[in-house]
Amino acid sequence: MAGEERSVKVRIDNVKRIFNTRNGEMVALNGVSLDIMENEFICVVGPSGCGKSTLLNIIAGLLEPSSGKVYCDGKEVVGTGTERGVVFQQYALFPWMTVKKNVMFGLNLKGIKGQEAEDIAMKYIKMVQLEDFINHYPKELSGGMKQRVAIARAYAVNPSVLLMDEPFGALDAQTRTQLQSELLETWEKERKTCFFITHDVDEAIILAQKVIIMSARPGRIKEIVDINIPYPRTQETKMSPEFLELKNHIWSQVYQEYLEVRK
Amino acid sequence: MKKKNSKIPKKVWLLLSFLTAMVLWTLLSMNEKTARSFPNVIVTFRSMTTMIERGVFFQDIKSSLISVSAGFAIGFVLSLPVAILMAWYIPVRNIIEPWIQFIRNIPPLAYVPLVVISAGVGRKPQIIVITIATFLIMTVTIYQGVLNVDETLIKAARVLGATDKDIFLKVIAPATLPFIITAIRLGSSTALTTLIAAESTGAVAGLGMRIRSLNNSFESEPMLLYIIIIGIIGMLVEKFVKFLERRFTGWQEKREA
Repeated sequence: MAGEERSVKVRIDNVKRIFNTRNGEMVALNGVSLDIMENEFICVVGPSGCGKSTLLNIIAGLLEPSSGKVYCDGKEVVGTGTERGVVFQQYALFPWMTVKKNVMFGLNLKGIKGQEAEDIAMKYIKMVQLEDFINHYPKELSGGMKQRVAIARAYAVNPSVLLMDEPFGALDAQTRTQLQSELLETWEKERKTCFFITHDVDEAIILAQKVIIMSARPGRIKEIVDINIPYPRTQETKMSPEFLELKNHIWSQVYQEYLEVRK
Repeated sequence: MKKKNSKIPKKVWLLLSFLTAMVLWTLLSMNEKTARSFPNVIVTFRSMTTMIERGVFFQDIKSSLISVSAGFAIGFVLSLPVAILMAWYIPVRNIIEPWIQFIRNIPPLAYVPLVVISAGVGRKPQIIVITIATFLIMTVTIYQGVLNVDETLIKAARVLGATDKDIFLKVIAPATLPFIITAIRLGSSTALTTLIAAESTGAVAGLGMRIRSLNNSFESEPMLLYIIIIGIIGMLVEKFVKFLERRFTGWQEKREA
């Protein structure tokens, strides 16, 4: 990436979010500012309840910040937009649609219909290697396959930013590792800006160029760690000394926050 | 929990179940105390000829089916928009819901006289009573269904570019379909169970009306026959609902075996 001129894709400017709960106001995020660069892969880690998902929902336009602003390509984010794709932990596939129909859903909403929509859908279904399952319903798929469909569905509408909210959190370790490799492969090809939330430190380091560590409630950015391990990264990368050193550092930082939460 | 797959096919089980009931019925018809409620099986079914000869048998079935279908249909058509409005607009919900819950627990037989006072006798009050009962149960069921739509599905649709209209037509409507089918099931069985009350409005024909009039003349054979016919109609409706379920909501995760 040396000497590469990169522009800011998403700017998060002093975002604060307050929730009204039964016990009064709860500050979920406070003073969060961050620039996500074009083509960048960012992972966010932090203890549960640190506002990671809240931040992602604000970038997606599913939640409004109480104060502060988010910009995407210089334009203020108001509501959702197809330039910001989201993959949810719970897959969120439409159970009454087949795999193909799920992937075509966003395309049809964009006005892309018929053969053109099918061709685009097939391209991304092939990308996630589910071409043998196009007419299956979600209930007939495993968790890993469901999440592949959700990823294909997000890619199909061609967003310029992918927001992923613990997408592999509900999967078993093996499937998770495999989906990580697939996601890395795709990212290295397409270099789509990625904002990826996880509670798994290993996952964050193997995927990201930058790991954002968030502090416990109210959520703030505690530290930004650059991951200077060159791509392509493989599972063997996890054995390298630099990986272990980063893991050690990030883990201890996150662990401190866990202790904060427990207090 | 249960042993897998005994080798006896379903049809045989059905036959066994039927035979068991017949044996029980016959035993009841031989016991002096219960014989008056449970006349002999053959005598009971032979009473069908008597009713046909009197010229009321098909008349009664037809009349009841008309009241039940009309009341159910009107109840269904009304319950859909009301349920959706209740789920979407909190003021509507707050005003309507307590009353639906309140009236739902009053047996229809109790308010039949009030209906007759305003609507008179004949077909009209029958349909009104069945409409009220089916409307209430179906509104509650569909309303729950709309409320239960998975929030992440709505979010997922929104980030893929769905407008409010898209979300309603392409997410909420299909996601509510299983509840609508449940509502149809509950509504149709409510329509049948309300039949006796509905036909106590001075009806001139009908299964429920006939049962009451046969009661007055102590004819328990055709009375039992009529009761069985109501049961059979209920079973056929259930079969139809099962068919709808398989046809339209086969995509659901949870399905009974």
